[in-house]
Amino acid sequence: MDLRYTPAEREFRDELRTWLGSVLPGIGPEPARDDWAARREFDTGWQHILFDAGYAGINWPSEFGGRGATPTEHLIFLEETERAKAPYVGMNFVGLLHAGPTLIVEASPEQKAAHLPGILTGGHVWCQGFSEPGAGSDLAGLACRAIRDGDDYVVSGQKIWTSFAHVADYCEILVRTDTDAPKHRGITWAIMDMASPGIDIRPLRTMEGSTEFCEMYLDEVRIPVANRVGAENDGWRVAMTTLSFERGTAFVGEMLQTMELCRDIAALASRITRRSATAWDDIGLRRDLGRIAAELDALWALTRRNISEATRTGLVGAGGSVFKLAYTDLRHRLGEVALHLLDRAALSLDDVGELPTGDHVQGRIHGLSMTIAAGTTQIQKNIIAERILGLPKDVR
Amino acid sequence: MDFWVDDDRRDLQTGIRAFVQGRFPLDEVAAREETDAVIDPDRWREIAEMGVFSLRQDGFDVRSTVLAFEELGAGLVPGPVVATHLAAGLVDGAADGTAIVSFVEPDATDVMIEHAAQATDLLRLDGDHPRRLDPASLDLEPVRRPIDALTPIWRAAAPLPAGERLGGAAAELRRVGVVLVAAMQVGVAAAAVELATRYAREREQFGRPIGSFQAVKHLLAEMFTKSDVARSAVYAAACALDDASDDDPARAASVAKVMAGEAALFCGKTGIQVHGGMGFTWEVHAQRYWKRAVVLDATLGTAGHHAEVVASTLTTGS
Repeated sequence: MDLRYTPAEREFRDELRTWLGSVLPGIGPEPARDDWAARREFDTGWQHILFDAGYAGINWPSEFGGRGATPTEHLIFLEETERAKAPYVGMNFVGLLHAGPTLIVEASPEQKAAHLPGILTGGHVWCQGFSEPGAGSDLAGLACRAIRDGDDYVVSGQKIWTSFAHVADYCEILVRTDTDAPKHRGITWAIMDMASPGIDIRPLRTMEGSTEFCEMYLDEVRIPVANRVGAENDGWRVAMTTLSFERGTAFVGEMLQTMELCRDIAALASRITRRSATAWDDIGLRRDLGRIAAELDALWALTRRNISEATRTGLVGAGGSVFKLAYTDLRHRLGEVALHLLDRAALSLDDVGELPTGDHVQGRIHGLSMTIAAGTTQIQKNIIAERILGLPKDVR
Repeated sequence: MDFWVDDDRRDLQTGIRAFVQGRFPLDEVAAREETDAVIDPDRWREIAEMGVFSLRQDGFDVRSTVLAFEELGAGLVPGPVVATHLAAGLVDGAADGTAIVSFVEPDATDVMIEHAAQATDLLRLDGDHPRRLDPASLDLEPVRRPIDALTPIWRAAAPLPAGERLGGAAAELRRVGVVLVAAMQVGVAAAAVELATRYAREREQFGRPIGSFQAVKHLLAEMFTKSDVARSAVYAAACALDDASDDDPARAASVAKVMAGEAALFCGKTGIQVHGGMGFTWEVHAQRYWKRAVVLDATLGTAGHHAEVVASTLTTGS
């Protein structure tokens, strides 16, 4: 039990910091949110730079082209790239964090050879075809139908929340291959080529105004049986492999950003005058923000604890659910503190006057999605209550 | 970087847990409520014999010490254990359990002192140096109805006498105290979660265990989450105090007190709700966790006070 970094970890950090310092000045500004072609080029370009420097797939095993870094080195990587304001994983998210790790565990040697290099180099962008209009929290209730026809599956149905679908090359997709079996036992995990005929993609405008999510309509899309990963009807188990990867370290960069947000809000409050004092003289605001900053420190401690547990046991465990539940609730509270502070300046998504207010309003809106995406707060609570506390399952 | 609690420390914790469960069964502890001697002097000496008061004197670090105090909190062990531990080496008899040392903290209103009738010494940590006060030198008046029947309270009129100056810096000692109280709060929170979880598994309504209903299991998930996040904060603070971390010790201690204080209060109150009507009875122990949580929150600065301390770090460097 010692939170100091070892000489090897410090060396890893120093090397990374030096490298980031040399490479980041050459990176152009981030493209506009809805300029998808430019964003793809930007995100995959950064991925290629990481690849050339040996930082791609930081936590992937080296035999599959990754760096084979320890969980702590992975944490340092996320910490340093965030502090240096390096580009985010962006569109490489599904490939690097979902599809790739799943392929490493479940795919055939041919499938690995065909897809892992493209993910690591930024050559291929992946999207995720899991959720459906009728299958959200009850993901196993998905209905997108796949009927075997010779060497192909013929797939028809609808998917939703498919981030980056309009620029993706491949889709990790869950389809129903058996309608008679119990719902968890009739699902198959497959790789769908996004250039296949029969795919209709419609952007889904979120309440943030962005269009990074899509709806995807599939009309007799042919997926070769050779693209199936794992056995037919065993896709639920394969998918669960994927989802457990998501909750390990997915929020590290963001959490560090949120710590900075707390400082920004404190600084902003010192510049806003209410009656005859600054807003920061308000004991209520100081306590609210101090309380949130304390919880962020505690969540940083929890993250390090989860990382150490993963190092010792090789498993992420339900600790990821504890983190997600607490962190996403915190984002709501922080957003509310910010809006309360801004008062009528909160009515604009752009900065008002000299004050940097717009990002806080945008952040408040974004926070509303966080308790829903990647397993709702209610699903996380079920996981904690049932897997950690051993409470009986409810009817569902 | 390694947050894993190693075997030696885990063994120490397991030992203290077995001791607390064996020598402080909750029914026996509760039987001393509202008596003149909530603290059993023999048991108090047994705590000393377990080495709890002298842990840091004996070379154990804060990381080990918090694990011991987590168990004292979970067992609702009565008495000023943190103050006596801090006094070990400074006040005669504290280390061997012949003295009972309680905190005295100046306040804007009357000074509220825990266990003053049984205390042999009082410890003041608000100045530059720790100070020892003789309870007999104070004009003490008992609080007729203390919120926690296991924590009798006595009122002393301000101003307090200066008392005898002891060695060392008060701020550093106080910081250790803050983290140890936070560790006890984590213990209280975790014990409340355990009791409520057990009840939710056993208690049936509508023909099913109430723990199968999402309305109830979600309360328990929230309780667990708050206690586990708080535990992370307390362990991280212990590392910071031991200089086994790059975190700022002052901030880490306040963070621990905020998180553990709120976790104990939340788990205490929610544990009562999970128990339904029985939770509001004197008989069921659920209430005792919440009441102890109130006492511990008011010890060495409330969660609100420490939240302000954390807030003050937001506008300074680093």
